[in-house]
Amino acid sequence: MLVQQLINGLTLGSVYALIALGYTMVYGIIELINFAHGEIYMLGAYMGIITFGLLTTLHLTFPTSGAALLIMMVMAMLFCGACGITIERLAYRPLRGASRLAPLISALGVSIFLQNFVMLAQGPRDKGFPHLFAGEGIDLFGSRISAIQMFIMATSVLMMAALQLLVHRTKIGKAMRATAQDMQMASLVGIDVDRVISATFLIGSALAGVAGIMVGMYYGLINFFIGYIAGIKAFTAAVLGGIGNIPGAMLGGLLLGLIEALGAGYISSEYKDVFAFAILVLVLIFRPSGLLGKDISRRV
Amino acid sequence: MLRLDDVHAHYGMIHALRGVSLEVKKGQIVCLIGANGAGKSSTLMAVSGLLRPNAGRIVFEGDDLAEVPSHAIVERGISQVPEGRRIFSKLTVLENLEMGAYTRTGEDSIRQDLDWVFGLFPILAERRFQMGGTLSGGEQQMLAIGRALMARPRLLLMDEPSLGLAPKFVETIFEVIRQINTRGTAILLVEQNAHMALSIASRGYVMEAGRIVLEDDATSLMVNKDVQKAYLGG
Repeated sequence: MLVQQLINGLTLGSVYALIALGYTMVYGIIELINFAHGEIYMLGAYMGIITFGLLTTLHLTFPTSGAALLIMMVMAMLFCGACGITIERLAYRPLRGASRLAPLISALGVSIFLQNFVMLAQGPRDKGFPHLFAGEGIDLFGSRISAIQMFIMATSVLMMAALQLLVHRTKIGKAMRATAQDMQMASLVGIDVDRVISATFLIGSALAGVAGIMVGMYYGLINFFIGYIAGIKAFTAAVLGGIGNIPGAMLGGLLLGLIEALGAGYISSEYKDVFAFAILVLVLIFRPSGLLGKDISRRV
Repeated sequence: MLRLDDVHAHYGMIHALRGVSLEVKKGQIVCLIGANGAGKSSTLMAVSGLLRPNAGRIVFEGDDLAEVPSHAIVERGISQVPEGRRIFSKLTVLENLEMGAYTRTGEDSIRQDLDWVFGLFPILAERRFQMGGTLSGGEQQMLAIGRALMARPRLLLMDEPSLGLAPKFVETIFEVIRQINTRGTAILLVEQNAHMALSIASRGYVMEAGRIVLEDDATSLMVNKDVQKAYLGG
């Protein structure tokens, strides 16, 4: 039972972590809580279904469903990345320099727009996500870890490792860190800050798109509203780890997933969302800078 | 090389620059002295494109900079050592220097300049993998200068490079400024330490309340009664 809950928790947690990264990276650079980020994740899930539908109608057959899945993930990443860049360009950039509340309200507006747009375009009812995994999974200490769970955890770890490499080893990654620390100084060394911000939205949104596909596969059903709860959960994870802090978002996501799974397993599954939001409240009261965050007083 | 013509600029409601005109010629060291709040830093920020003038022109090598974004101004050959150093404290010393060369391509020439900066400030080479924030004030100043040099500027803007430094560091910094200049880099230097600044500059401007109130050769300013009284301690 414990091992099973730990496995479930880590699976869910690694998805929260992927979404939380987008929140934390954007906050780190422009100090905006991008409330439309959950919707990007929802768009990723829909893009997965749409791509799968296209592949089927084109009668493209694949030797393995793995190839189809790979194409779906790439399409979701590209589409979500493009959406992220466009949203920043249209809804946030014109408000830079305005009061901090203005872009926040704009983000809520984008979120409501996207939910309703998808509801109208794709219908309000649940849609089934294609079954792409036939694998049996493996037994581990008497518990079962399914093929999908292994895939989700492995993909998340891979994505996070790639992100760490990008942020620490590449020129654009270093420019992102420099811009997050001091935007004015970044432009004084010749960094095109607008481009760095676009890149941040691109990367964060692409990660959310992948998360959308993985959750679609995991639960088998998606609808236009899944971004709302997932968004708030991932935001909680980002705050738990220390908003603006990339390793913090990863840690916060995994912890939140574990707490939810253990709470659901040992107390009551009806209360699993309550645990997540109780944590958000407790962190905000007792440690607003999060587990790995520092000097929040400077930012507020 | 650089000319400001009657530049006016505001920080919100504050009229920071009220008609600044000055000129830096190729290869010159020009210093800008004046009390706190006179508009010296604002002048540098206007040249770097982070404070946009409401009126007047800023012309660099024949081009008006009014429409040029600040990151592209670096590409054109102007870099800045800003007030308060503003090094990237959570980047390593080496990464800070790499960011200085952000607009450049060509691994070899960047590596050469890196070696040159490490030659000027050997302590930075020793601490290259340390976070910028762990350096002492003097070392941070060296890093800020090194970072600005990594852009290989033709015009270097320096804002109070000696502020808050121990006398030993101040001498090092001024010696380095002289060395940078002998490579042909023009320097617009803002300094509290008017005596040191005038001693290495060829020309000087005195600012008060957003205006240039006096300009002359540095040697003449040194012996000017008003300047001596106000900025050189009598």
